[in-house]
Amino acid sequence: MVKITFIQPDNSEQVVECEPEMTLMEAAKLNNVPGIEAECGGACACATCHVYVDEAWRDKTGTPSQMEEDMLDFAFDVRDSSRLSCQIKIKPEIDGLVVRVPAKQF
Amino acid sequence: MSTEAQAGDAGGVIETDAVIIGGGPVGLFAVFELGLVDIKAHVIDILDKPGGQCAELYPDKPIYDIPGLPIVTGQEITDRLLEQIKPFKPVFHLGQQVEELKRLPDGRFHLKTDVGEEFIAKVVVIAAGGGSFTPKRPPLVGIEAYEGTSVFYAVRRMESFRGKSVLIVGGGDSALDWTLNLQPVAKSLTLLHRRDEFRGAPHSVEKMRLLAAEQKIRLVIGQVSALHGEGGRLDAVTIKTKDGEERLPVEVMLAFFGLTMKLGPVANWGLALTDNLIRVDTEKFEASEKGIFAIGDINTYPGKLKLILCGFHEAALAAQQAYKYVYPGKKLLFQYTTSSSSLQKKLGVS
Repeated sequence: MVKITFIQPDNSEQVVECEPEMTLMEAAKLNNVPGIEAECGGACACATCHVYVDEAWRDKTGTPSQMEEDMLDFAFDVRDSSRLSCQIKIKPEIDGLVVRVPAKQF
Repeated sequence: MSTEAQAGDAGGVIETDAVIIGGGPVGLFAVFELGLVDIKAHVIDILDKPGGQCAELYPDKPIYDIPGLPIVTGQEITDRLLEQIKPFKPVFHLGQQVEELKRLPDGRFHLKTDVGEEFIAKVVVIAAGGGSFTPKRPPLVGIEAYEGTSVFYAVRRMESFRGKSVLIVGGGDSALDWTLNLQPVAKSLTLLHRRDEFRGAPHSVEKMRLLAAEQKIRLVIGQVSALHGEGGRLDAVTIKTKDGEERLPVEVMLAFFGLTMKLGPVANWGLALTDNLIRVDTEKFEASEKGIFAIGDINTYPGKLKLILCGFHEAALAAQQAYKYVYPGKKLLFQYTTSSSSLQKKLGVS
């Protein structure tokens, strides 16, 4: 199992355990993490599963693909650390990952 | 549900057996199932094309769980459904949203759209999926107060921007097209996008960059973080760029952040809802009001799965009950398309 910490805008933390091979978005939905809407269900087509990846983890989670960058245009308050959580695969290397949920998904 | 609605002017009102609200895959297949039992349908959708989410959100993405089609894209399944329902000659009313749904004293339903089209139908099938596609509203504090006066998500009349200082936000075709079109009309025009890369058509990007080079427009890479103004009139916005914050005086902001789905007017029709979904039974997929059916992603019942294939099943069962309202007293003989010459005749294959 891989542990992920979601931090809400009010700084409250939620640690979820998930199986590798699912996506970060799926892990969030499965554990009812507030603020992850995932309107399109994981098709990289809506930008409502936007998260900020903690600085220390950005190498491990990688950079957005062209498609994801394009979708990030539809997100609000996009930063260098912005990712769409449906595009981050859970894998043992990211055990301990910390991400922040934006105040609003739009 | 009230029964106050009047039939209105018979001239402009379309009378039909069924109105289907939503032209996604499930709404389209409802045309087929209703058609097999001789129910004629009109389809209303807020998008300018049929297909719903399949066509709007993921036209090129593969779907793997449609029975009999190991792999099909969102656009392909839309096209195939359109082909399949052709024999039933559905009438599409696109680019509009049903705002009112009321029962008439004679038991039928009166529907009115936001562009004023009116319908009278014996049954209504709500296949509205996740709701209506509406422009995304940037979650900026107080933005509601400016909407329709200084903040817009679409251009209805270019003239209303004449002589104004305009800010356009976005990096796709809408943002680029309106930048090119409004530049000669506006007093000043700033295009703001979060990165120096644009998704729009290459020739539009090229034209926009030329305008920026000639200083006919200003191109800024950044994001809006606050709005300033009074009484619905925008004076300025705060822009965050990599160099810090800047206050940009503007009278109008056009924001193009794509579409999102909102339940919309469905919530006001007096139907029993659970978590913004229409509660239905699993025998007829009828809502709390007789004669109104809800199928596909918009409904809920114990065990509900939001799958296209489940919506197809729901359409078939809803059609059986709809028949009882459209043809009261008539008995419906269950038939297979494989063997029934009468069904094959309707399908135009025999």
